[in-house]
Amino acid sequence: MSDKHHSDDGWFDKPENVKKMLKVFYVVCALLVLVDFIVHRHIYHDWESIPAFYAIYGFIGCVVLVLIATEMRKFLMRGEDYYDE
Amino acid sequence: MNSVIPFLPLLLGALAAIVLRGWLRNLIMIVAPILGAINLMGMEHGVFWSLEFMGYALEPVKVDKLSLMFGYLFHLASLIAVIYALHVKDTVQHVAGLAYAASAVGAVFAGDLLTLFIFWELLALTSVFLIWARRTDRAYSSGIRYLIIQVLSGVLLLVGLLIFAQVNNSLLFTQIGLQHEGIAQVGAWLIFFAFGIKCAFPFMHNWLTDSYPEATPSGTIFLASFTTKVAVYAFARGYPGEEILVWIGVTMACFPIFFAVIENDLRRVLAYSLINQIGFMIVGIGIGTALALNGAVAHAFNDVIFKGLLMMTMGSVLHMTGKINGSELGGLYKSMPKTTVLCIVGAASISAFPLFSGFVSKSMIMAAAVSEGYDVVWLLLLFAAAGVFHHAGIKIPYFAFFAHDSGIRTTEPPKNMLIAMTIAAIACVVLGTFPAQTVYALLPWEHSYQPYDVTHVLTQLQLLFFSALAFVWLNLRNMYPPELPSTNLDADWLYRRLAPAIVKRVASTTYNAYVGFEKSVAISIKQMVQGSYDAESGKPKGYFARLWPTETMVVWVAVLLAIYLIFYYLPDLL
Repeated sequence: MSDKHHSDDGWFDKPENVKKMLKVFYVVCALLVLVDFIVHRHIYHDWESIPAFYAIYGFIGCVVLVLIATEMRKFLMRGEDYYDE
Repeated sequence: MNSVIPFLPLLLGALAAIVLRGWLRNLIMIVAPILGAINLMGMEHGVFWSLEFMGYALEPVKVDKLSLMFGYLFHLASLIAVIYALHVKDTVQHVAGLAYAASAVGAVFAGDLLTLFIFWELLALTSVFLIWARRTDRAYSSGIRYLIIQVLSGVLLLVGLLIFAQVNNSLLFTQIGLQHEGIAQVGAWLIFFAFGIKCAFPFMHNWLTDSYPEATPSGTIFLASFTTKVAVYAFARGYPGEEILVWIGVTMACFPIFFAVIENDLRRVLAYSLINQIGFMIVGIGIGTALALNGAVAHAFNDVIFKGLLMMTMGSVLHMTGKINGSELGGLYKSMPKTTVLCIVGAASISAFPLFSGFVSKSMIMAAAVSEGYDVVWLLLLFAAAGVFHHAGIKIPYFAFFAHDSGIRTTEPPKNMLIAMTIAAIACVVLGTFPAQTVYALLPWEHSYQPYDVTHVLTQLQLLFFSALAFVWLNLRNMYPPELPSTNLDADWLYRRLAPAIVKRVASTTYNAYVGFEKSVAISIKQMVQGSYDAESGKPKGYFARLWPTETMVVWVAVLLAIYLIFYYLPDLL
């Protein structure tokens, strides 16, 4: 590979690029919550009337998911060749 | 009527693939699914082929909106999978793939249970070769387990249909339901479990997570498309509106995401998320309203395309690098940029981003759950939807193409693979952006639904972006579980470890008891022999042993004569 040196320099390898991207991402997240207060959305269920219900639920749901899954590792994880022995 | 039997074009394609080679075979294999789909367009609703067998009316080919929809889906899926596999120089895989697709088409057009059973078993027999074609020890034993479980499902179906034939005097496949009297109830449940095994119900799901990641890169695309979707179809026809399905489905939607988060093999992550997506469909079928059923079959349609796309991108990674574990990959976006983009399209579709295919069908099921008052189910599905984005939408592309640079430098996969993935990606966007003109025109039940309004788009975006925010936050705080080379115990532990251990125990106890018994018998015989021989004088101890053989004979003849004499007089005495 002649351009190996060049290709090693990926866009995501530079921390400042990642930081820039994350900043845009945070702004979008904030905007989505703001819009929630401006736009009148249909309510099909009582809980939906909580402001930014979906944002809160999505965030908490995923954190809980990952924390439980990490705990599951303690008693479910075995070696890679567990079944091959 | 100019049409032929629906599965015939694919079957002929499979037969041609046995004998043909090179560009001609490639051409025939691509043309077969296209001709098959055109053939479907000419078909009219109703019984296409009926016959009588042992006094029962059979309808091997029956056409209605539901079967047509799955028919089109399977032809599209097989076309994509065939193109993806064109570079493969393994006749077994080409033949098995097309025959497998033909079996799936045959199954959804089966108007009676006996025909369904035949294709049900053919699905298992043809697809197992796609697993064995990997030609590793793991794939071999995994294929054996797959085959045993699939055939077991067929046997349950056979027993169930025999009971039904006896009770109802009919084999036609219509709504079965779970409310019956007497023995028919047993039959209904047997068929339910037969479908459930193929649908990967909880505790019956491990054949899927076990075997799909062991198959060849292209074989998995076929596998992920057909078996489970035939089962979804069978539930939609046989058990719509059975409430138990709602609860089974919501379990299926939720528990696999935990396994997906900690799983290292990225194709196994997708296998878990496949179960999660089927969970959504099963919930829809369980709710049973027109909206829910439409949502379920639409989601099946979309899932085949976007799950196929994700499987194809991971297959490309495996094909090019020989690696598929998240712990060994990373940074591939530099050498596989096109595959990366295609993977992200698949990820956006399965996560139900607006304008991508998953969005419309998933919101139909969610809307049906809310409107029928299934509050808890709705909340859990919402959690599952966030979880899907987490493991399939973010984890798959992140650990394969980004994360830390694994140092692997490769190239894009062969052109045919890229073309197949591009077709699937375009389909994902078209189905998601123009639902009314595409798949939703095919929906079997009458119901209009408008997915694109401000509420839906906004709430879905909030859900997804804040799920992503959770990922970013956990990652920055180093709380996200790293990818580790590992095996995670699941229900298959019961039959891969526990049951063999019990059998081994029982067998070794039995064997030891037998050995002990044999030994004690041998010892007692030896003692008897030793006890009857006088070692000092070198002579046997017994009375007869001291006599000549002729003398012994005389004694025994005397005994015989005495017995004879007694028998002679016995009748007179009595």
